[in-house]
This record gives sequence, C-alpha cells and structure tokens, in this order.
Amino acid sequence: MLKDGTDMSGIISYGSYIPKYRIKPDEIARVWGEDPENIRNGIYILSKSVPSPDEDVATISVEAARNAIKRRKVNPADIGAIYVGSESHPYAVKPTATIVASAIGADFRLFSADYEFACKAGTAGMQNVKAMVDSGMIKYGMAIGSDTSQGAPGDALEYSASAGGTAFIIGKEDPIAEINDTLSVTSDTPDFWRREGQPYPTHGERFTGEPAYFKHTIGAAKMIMERMKTKPEDYNYAVFHQPNGKFPTRAAKSLGFTEEQFSDGLLTPVIGNTYSGSMMTGLSAILDKASPGDRILAVSFGSGAGSDAFDLTVTDKMDEVDRNSAPTIKEMLSKVKWIDYAIYAKFKKKIVFGESVD
Amino acid sequence: MGELSSVWRESSHRYRLVAHGCGNCKAVYFPPRDICPKCHRDSIGKMKEMELSGRGKIESFTVVHDVPPAFIRQRPYVLALIRLDEGPTLTAQVVDCDPSEVALGKRVRSVFRRVREDGKSGIIQYGYKFVLE
Ligand SMILES: [Zn+2]
Repeated sequence: MLKDGTDMSGIISYGSYIPKYRIKPDEIARVWGEDPENIRNGIYILSKSVPSPDEDVATISVEAARNAIKRRKVNPADIGAIYVGSESHPYAVKPTATIVASAIGADFRLFSADYEFACKAGTAGMQNVKAMVDSGMIKYGMAIGSDTSQGAPGDALEYSASAGGTAFIIGKEDPIAEINDTLSVTSDTPDFWRREGQPYPTHGERFTGEPAYFKHTIGAAKMIMERMKTKPEDYNYAVFHQPNGKFPTRAAKSLGFTEEQFSDGLLTPVIGNTYSGSMMTGLSAILDKASPGDRILAVSFGSGAGSDAFDLTVTDKMDEVDRNSAPTIKEMLSKVKWIDYAIYAKFKKKIVFGESVD
Repeated sequence: MGELSSVWRESSHRYRLVAHGCGNCKAVYFPPRDICPKCHRDSIGKMKEMELSGRGKIESFTVVHDVPPAFIRQRPYVLALIRLDEGPTLTAQVVDCDPSEVALGKRVRSVFRRVREDGKSGIIQYGYKFVLE
C-alpha cells in the first residue's frame, strides 16, 4: 500500500481446477444413518467434489497452474517463483512445487517451496510472491492453493472435505486486479490439527467457531478495512474461507456484507471445502465475472490459526483478457459426474487392500 | 534405480508432451527423436523441441478389464490410440468417463495425472492421460 498506484502489483492471471466427480451429503448420511436434512441445513453443503483415484494435489495444482498460464498466455520462463500451499501434499518430503515447475516448463532458475498453514497456505504464498514482485526479486510469481483433504469415515468433516485448487500469477505489469493491501493475523489456537503420520485430522470441537474461524476472519477483515478506510458498501464482492456454507455467510453478514456481495464467491455449498483452495477458488469465481473498477475483499482462514486479508481492485486490463480461454468456475460446476458412497470410498482409498495394491 | 532414472529423464515429454519437429520435412515425433527417420542425415541439427497442444481424437481404443493390481480402483479403464492434432499418435488412458461414452473419432484433450505409484514408499510417476472434450 501507499504506492502511487501506477506500478502496483496484483493478479496477472488466474486459473482453477475442480475434479469432475461429486457426491451428495444425502448419500454419505445414508451410509452413516444420519438425517440428511440436518446436514444440509446444519452446514449448508449440497454436494462436494471428489478427486479421481489418479488425482492428487500435484495434478490439481498443475491443472490450475496451466489454466492460469493459458488464460493470459504467460511465458512460463517469466515465472520466477512457485509456492504451493496445501495440507495434503502427495509427498511428505519432495515439494509439489518441483512437479508443478516441471509440468509448466518453468525455468531452472526458480524460487520455490511448499507451504503449510491449514487452509491459508495458498494465500500465504500469494503474499510471499507479491512481496518478491514488489522488491524486484522476480517478474512474476505463482501461488497455488490446492487440497484433496479427507475427513474420517463417519466424521462431520466427511460431508465437507473436498478437492480443488487455484493458481494466481502475481506481477506488476498490467495486472487484471491490483492488490491494494494485504495483512495477516495469527494466534496459537487448537481448533484443528493433524499429527504427522495420521491419515485424518482431529478437531478441537469447542474451538472451531468463535475463537478460531470468526475471530481471525472477522478480525482480519475489520483490520484491513480500517487500514484502507473502507466500509462493506465500498466493495462489490466479498469472499471468505468456506469450511462449510454456514460460517462464511455468518461472517459476511456480521461484518455488514449483503448476499449480493458474497454469493458469487460462495462455492462450498456445491463443491465442499477445498481447504487451501477454498477462498482462492471463490476469488477465481469472482474474477470470472468482475468488471473494471470493482473492489473485492478476500479473507482466508487457516486453522491453528490465522487469516490473510486482501483488498483488490479490478483494472481496465480485465477487458483485454479472454476469460473463457481457460475453463471458468461456472464451466467446472456444470460438467459433473455423480457417484455413490461405495465408489467414493474406493476412490478415496477408504477401502484398503493388501500390500500389492495401493 | 535404472527405472527411476528413466522416469526422470522422460519427464519433459511425459509431463508437457514435448515432441521433436523435423526442420527438414516438418514431421513431428512423439516421443521425441534425435534424427528424423525419413530425412536421416538431412535432419541432423534441425530437430526442434516443441510442446504439443494435447488435443486430438481417438483412433482406436480398448476397454481393459483384466487390470494389474495398481489399477484396481480404475477398473475397467479405457486405453486409446490417440491421433494428436500435430500428427503423432500415442497410447494413453482416457479417464473421467464411462467406457460407454468413448467412441472412435471423439475429441480428447490431455490432462496431468498420476500414472504409476511405486508402492507406498516409492516414487509417484506423473504424466499425460486424456479426457473427452
Ligand atoms: Zn524429416
């Protein structure tokens, strides 16, 4: 912030990827003997995305990255940094960023790493590459948020944990959306965690709502609006991390945002919680339709806990970009394949074989 | 380790569909070739690296029911001979569809997927597969 506005860094291009398969909460509830009506109303999730057996965070990240490159014909050699935020990287040791770099044909000379901060690791990457662009270390930087998270069978998280990801290319030359400001809040909060080697996460039930999600998300949103001297009515769009359909709606309303402002970025009711991909994919859906001059407030949340807030303004350059040259979120929501719990369990490796089969 | 190094060596063509185009007769080769089999000596030094579009159509296909253990979650799967728009053909899996949706002449595009996994502790091999357009 506090720059003259002529060389402000921002989003050069964006791309998302959501797997094609979907499952309904009714189907999960049927298996575990729960009332589907309770689930639909309780967490406001109508369906969630499921990755194919051959998809993981690396493949989702690569597809999102390729869509971002394609949308604005970015030269991969101009991308000087790649950071991939996720809590479900395919390797414990071997960065997803290395696979993405190779798959998009990035240069050997490259800053890269994988990030981890529950659901806000991708937006932490955005802040990092923005700082690198602003300091002149790189021309463009790519930040990806992507996950294929799991809830334990029968656990409440099983209704929401889904798969998807989004990549943003950040730079200074003609961004389609300038990042006016960004800030973060952080505290040591035991709302949700996963210990090394454990397949499923654990949640500290009494910490999930108020002391974690709402305190950080609302806190960061208020803080950035205070710093930018803005009010909710100054924004055309607002998007928040979406662990379910209910939390972001409540956060948005309590801040004073209307449904008109937050409905376009609210994807969890139809795709579930894509964790690191959640707020970024919501922002991607907003960029699919936003017009020059539109102002966007975007706030992520990561358990543990923290929030990253962004204040963005869409520029005139948006009109020069053929947004349909890469799949839009709308397109990815329209081409789906429904599966039942048995297929879902097979795909997500909830059915375990002997040694010779993975 | 021999296999691991071949996985690593072939990663650019497996990851990005990098082919070689002959500067002499314009033929495109995938996997890439150092010498054009038609032009021989005349192609030396004229083979250019190029990234294929990943778009093409199905020329023939088979539905594989008798799958190796590692593919049991994908059974049955479709293996197709695909003619890419730039000319070369390749054999690849067609995913995210029912075998009944696959037909000769259907348009496909490449996607990046897990191709093989060397047990629970080995390397994960990534590469191209195709989806129906
Ligand atoms: Zn030739």
